[in-house]
Amino acid sequence: MERSCGHCCVKIEGLDVTINDNSILKNVHLHTDCKEILSIIGPNGAGKTTLLKTLLNDIPYSGRIDFQIKGLKNKRPKIGYVPQKLSFNFGIPISVQDLIAASLTRSPVWCSIAGDLRKKIKATLEKFSVAHLLNRMIGSLSGGELQKTLLAMAMIPIPDLLLLDEPVSAVDVKGLSLFYETVMQLKKEHDIAIIMVTHDLAGIAPYADRMILLNRSVIAEGTPRQILSDQKLIETFQLDLLNVSRLSFPIKGGNHA
Amino acid sequence: MHEFYRHITSLHFSWMQYDFMKNALLAVLFATPLFALLGTMVVSNRMAFFSDVLGHSALTGIALGVMLGVGDPFWALLIFTVILAVAVNYFKRVTQASSDTTLGGFFAMVVATGVVVLSRNGGFSKYSMYLIGDILAISSKEINLLIAAFILVTGYWYLFGNSLLLLSVNPSLARSRGIKVFWVETGFVIVLAIIVAISIRLVGVLIINSLLVLPAATSRLIARNTSGYTFYSIGISVFCGIGGLIASYYWNTASGATIVLFCAFMYILATIITRFFNRKA
Repeated sequence: MERSCGHCCVKIEGLDVTINDNSILKNVHLHTDCKEILSIIGPNGAGKTTLLKTLLNDIPYSGRIDFQIKGLKNKRPKIGYVPQKLSFNFGIPISVQDLIAASLTRSPVWCSIAGDLRKKIKATLEKFSVAHLLNRMIGSLSGGELQKTLLAMAMIPIPDLLLLDEPVSAVDVKGLSLFYETVMQLKKEHDIAIIMVTHDLAGIAPYADRMILLNRSVIAEGTPRQILSDQKLIETFQLDLLNVSRLSFPIKGGNHA
Repeated sequence: MHEFYRHITSLHFSWMQYDFMKNALLAVLFATPLFALLGTMVVSNRMAFFSDVLGHSALTGIALGVMLGVGDPFWALLIFTVILAVAVNYFKRVTQASSDTTLGGFFAMVVATGVVVLSRNGGFSKYSMYLIGDILAISSKEINLLIAAFILVTGYWYLFGNSLLLLSVNPSLARSRGIKVFWVETGFVIVLAIIVAISIRLVGVLIINSLLVLPAATSRLIARNTSGYTFYSIGISVFCGIGGLIASYYWNTASGATIVLFCAFMYILATIITRFFNRKA
């Protein structure tokens, strides 16, 4: 098991989220560090996306969320966020370049985009093999293309914390392991903490360092092998294992450290 | 302004002899790019109904001004429209009820109140100019107001264009990039409300929304990126503005509505052409 580097530490304690008198999250505890992929699984309506949104400070919550970046406490980390989907007006003309440039500069993209910035964006897209999408409209991208583009966008500038919300639900089967490989690479190359919400239990198992089963609160926490081999858990929460045969891959927390 | 008029008159078209036409042309040149810019966001964010509510609520703003007994109801109109815009936007976020229905209810209440107040004692006919507008009666004070609005909106778009773009794609994503979602959203509806209030006298309640929506909707069909979307929208808006104004002179029709007819024609043309050529990837 790789040691965490102490660059970015996220600690959630006693988190409660209530929207319109409905309790979405109750007393959630979570701790993750950099150089670690934490996977959050759970049934529909478990509050997984809500949990990510509290980290983004997008919705009101009670409880504590503490960040420690490079030893400094209470500093907001740079967060790279890859949303589940972009439910926007798909016909609207925004190119990939426009979207990424708009997130990087105050200089209005409707006017012009500086040459340096264009090069930088293209170079980053190249790292994720999507440089050919530079001038394509984001509404015309396929699910997989969009996810890779959003991942590339989340990585400029390199964040302290990477949040991925069901990034592979729109990706085809071929692209799945490639996507996970890419995320693993990012973990190896940079000092970042990664939290990934996913339904693809079998797919994420070989890649996640730790796994949390969430259903309004934390039901179970451990290595993927510990959680996914617990039949009672799987039945209780009706977690459908996709691609069960892929479980024959070595799962983290097993015979090798 | 006199320089402008000298140059225009030297072009020797018959309509250019008249000061009111030259004033109207100036108003069109400053107003149409504003509608184009704001329209791109109204269309992107599917706010056409919202901006329609703002436009129609102008009647109530005017009614308020009349009730308060002020000579020129413009300031009451402006303040009322801004407050309404902020309030409706806030309620939309907070209630999460079907915004279409909530908006519809609000709309009906606001407009009816305005008409009831203005029509009391049979006096509505003197307010009918607010329905279809009267760009030919524009005063130099109103032109100055338009120029100020032009500077305001262009500056605003320069500073907040990227934030608005990110917001229109995904609010959580925008927040992750450090954008103050609530303030940017509120800022936008305030600017929209101001422009609507200023333009009501020019183009009227009935058609102001079309001027906001149509050029951007047309541009959406032919543009491939944000820059194109913005500048095609401005180009179409200005072209239709000038064309519609001149046509209304020769046809002797209401200028605002004629301009909208030009916009609508462009939209239909663009729809047919893009369908036919299936241009967009």
